[in-house]
Amino acid sequence: MGKPENGRVDQKATIIVDGREVAIEGEPNLLEVIRKAGVELPTFCYHSELSAYGACRQCLVETEDGRILASCSTPVTPGMVIKTHTPRVQKIRRIALELLLANHDRECTTCSKSGACKLQDLSQRYNITDVRFGKRDEKIPLDLSSPAIVRNPNRCILCGDCVRVCQEVQGIGVLDFAFRGAKTVVTPAFGKDMADVECVNCGQCVAVCPTGALIVKSETEKAWEAIYDDSKVVIAQIAPAVRVSIGEIFGMNPGEISLGKLVTALRMLGFDKVFDTSFAADLTAIEETAEFIGRLQNKERLPQFTSCCPAWVTYAEQYHPELLPNLSSCRSPQQMFGSLAKRYYARELGIEPKDLFVVSIMPCTAKKFEAERPEFSNDGVRDVDLVLTTQEIGHMIKEKGIAFDELEDDSLDMPFGFTTGAGVIFGVTGGVAEAVLRSANYILTGEELPQVNFKEVRGLQGVREATVDVAGQEVRVCVTHTLARAKEIIRRVQEGEAHYDIIEVMACPGGCIGGGGQPGTQSPELRQKRAAGIYKADTSLQLRKAQENPLVAALYDKWLGDVGSDEAHEALHTEYVQRRRIKSEGIPVLTGQSTESKVDVEVCVGTCCYVRGSGQILGNLAKRLEESGYADRVNLRAAFCLENCAGAPSVRVGSKILGGLSPNKTEDVMEEIMESLKEKVGSE
Amino acid sequence: MALACDKQPNGVANGDLLHLEQVNEAIEKYGRKKSSLIPILQRVQEIYHYLPEDILTYVGTVLEIPPATVFGVATFYAQFALEPKGKYVIRVCDGTACHVRRSMPVLKAIRDKLNLAEGMKTTRDGLFTVETVSCLGACGLAPVLMINDQVHGQMTPEAIEIILDEIMKREGGEQA
Repeated sequence: MGKPENGRVDQKATIIVDGREVAIEGEPNLLEVIRKAGVELPTFCYHSELSAYGACRQCLVETEDGRILASCSTPVTPGMVIKTHTPRVQKIRRIALELLLANHDRECTTCSKSGACKLQDLSQRYNITDVRFGKRDEKIPLDLSSPAIVRNPNRCILCGDCVRVCQEVQGIGVLDFAFRGAKTVVTPAFGKDMADVECVNCGQCVAVCPTGALIVKSETEKAWEAIYDDSKVVIAQIAPAVRVSIGEIFGMNPGEISLGKLVTALRMLGFDKVFDTSFAADLTAIEETAEFIGRLQNKERLPQFTSCCPAWVTYAEQYHPELLPNLSSCRSPQQMFGSLAKRYYARELGIEPKDLFVVSIMPCTAKKFEAERPEFSNDGVRDVDLVLTTQEIGHMIKEKGIAFDELEDDSLDMPFGFTTGAGVIFGVTGGVAEAVLRSANYILTGEELPQVNFKEVRGLQGVREATVDVAGQEVRVCVTHTLARAKEIIRRVQEGEAHYDIIEVMACPGGCIGGGGQPGTQSPELRQKRAAGIYKADTSLQLRKAQENPLVAALYDKWLGDVGSDEAHEALHTEYVQRRRIKSEGIPVLTGQSTESKVDVEVCVGTCCYVRGSGQILGNLAKRLEESGYADRVNLRAAFCLENCAGAPSVRVGSKILGGLSPNKTEDVMEEIMESLKEKVGSE
Repeated sequence: MALACDKQPNGVANGDLLHLEQVNEAIEKYGRKKSSLIPILQRVQEIYHYLPEDILTYVGTVLEIPPATVFGVATFYAQFALEPKGKYVIRVCDGTACHVRRSMPVLKAIRDKLNLAEGMKTTRDGLFTVETVSCLGACGLAPVLMINDQVHGQMTPEAIEIILDEIMKREGGEQA
């Protein structure tokens, strides 16, 4: 283990790790070289896809001259001689761990992350048997506001992974560090709840969190309740991406297709029928292609954006209301399935929609939010009653004691159990675009093309572009994943730098296979394997194009009529709403001091309203209220978006929104206030 | 009735009751870039005497900084306040030098005079906010305090009472 001569080291650009020579092959930092050498240096805050942060002090190494370096944020220099495990490194690492543990809620037995927690894992690996620093005495309340994510700040170790994934990968930045020193916390803006800020529920923060500080909101109890309720018929739909990841929970390889086992397991759990979301995805492909062809022919609302990804839809609603007409009006496959189940399948079974309990098994946390959207309920009955992530269904299978890996395959139920390859590839980035391309020629001309594979839209590169000939017309396709990249593409399109006809956006890296509800710690390699599994499932199917699905054709015949018919539109399409990003109370301008009932008045001073003179309206109104002596009966606030931008400038009086105002229409607002005050007095 | 931002009759007349024009001026002055955040926040605090939540969101949106990050900056520095402050901010120094020269009785005199109950920092009429700081760097004048940007040295409970009386008289006269 003698030290190699310097000259030799320089020539081959190598370093010495624990006495062994390792070549440098363009790694961005020392840590990557060490890991390549087979030493699994511990980290909390390092992810190869995020910027290096250097906070957790676990990846420390000692240099020849006795310096201690954080290898994640140290560039590699040829000839470096480092040791990864020395008494000094070991001591510092252990103390850092012990200090993290001191601030951490150590109720591991009741933590859902237990067994998959990096903190727990490293504490055991470094033999931490005692924490000498006591416990944090102050318990911070949990944030249970989000439909998808639970935030438990007591378990946060301030590694900042969630902060960076949301900023760098999704381009949003819901979370950041606030306050300082011992009081530092990771929190949404102004200490608000997750549901009250711009979170799109993609769950990527959950996927990177090394502890249980951010976890998927578990709803397995609701599933058990429905299963054990004899008055309900409980049916499941399985999303494409789940079939290549669920096995990982039970020791199978990533990308291994275990749909058959999952069907068996769901039957054993007590689901009455087990269906495939890919069937609904076939339907989505047909409807979305028809919609696209229509727009292409009329040259309107292009580029068309896909709308299957609920995190992307929410993002567009919050940040790009001007693009909402460009989004495909198609409901996502999950919601198409829900709609079919409640509208038609319940009727076929002869039961009320409320007695049919639809459970989605999804790789996605944002699907929980999507299923809650009021557009997807009829008379208070949701189309999709419950969304369980891959992690949650894995948990239920374990709870029931099913030996998943030993199960025999079982087949799906009909009519929603038959799928073509087009419906399956929805689970990976590029899949929706490819499914549309497989159908476009047929829908436009009625002729089938021999081409099935469109490999130019596949792969895990950030952005893929292709120009495809559809019946003599050039169609420019763009496919992207992660919202930070989508943001950049939108900018390029809006500034005229890029021209596309159809753009597929998936919020999660790799598409649904990399969803926030999937098991394990994500990495590019893992996603590669799952993507390969999806394409394998695609090619193993006899039929590959959505229009070839005989059961989808039967569905049109029996219930929906033609593609794009009124009935199909009613059942399968939707509309989008402009959404404000952060809930706020606005800025108080006048606070009525009267003990009598008061009216709440909000003047919108968001961008659209402000440029149309809402500031002036606010001033006029304040003045008029004071002059008229009604100032004490009114709480006047300036709000930063009443979500009525099309009717800007807007003022809300009580629950009523007045739009299309102007500074000289202040009297209209005054009248409404008087009216509202009269009503209040009347009702008292 | 009470106004959160201090009364500016001209503001009402020209429709800029919220001082948004002033915020916009600050943004243009310092530039729409990330590094301008702190000087803009300082100006926002001058305008409103604190950092209103919606203005922080507004500034963040314009500079393309997530509101959570703006909040992070605003809570990191002690100079920023997220709760409304009074028109007159009194900072009583309680560094070592001031403390041994009896700064605490001065603080007590101020709080008594302003009728500030335990835990309250700002008077009900929004005129005064009282804080302590660890050192104002003027130990030679101990005990020392600042009222907005005015330094008052060698304070005693009697001296501060006279100063406060003057301010209250001036403000009372203006309001009447």
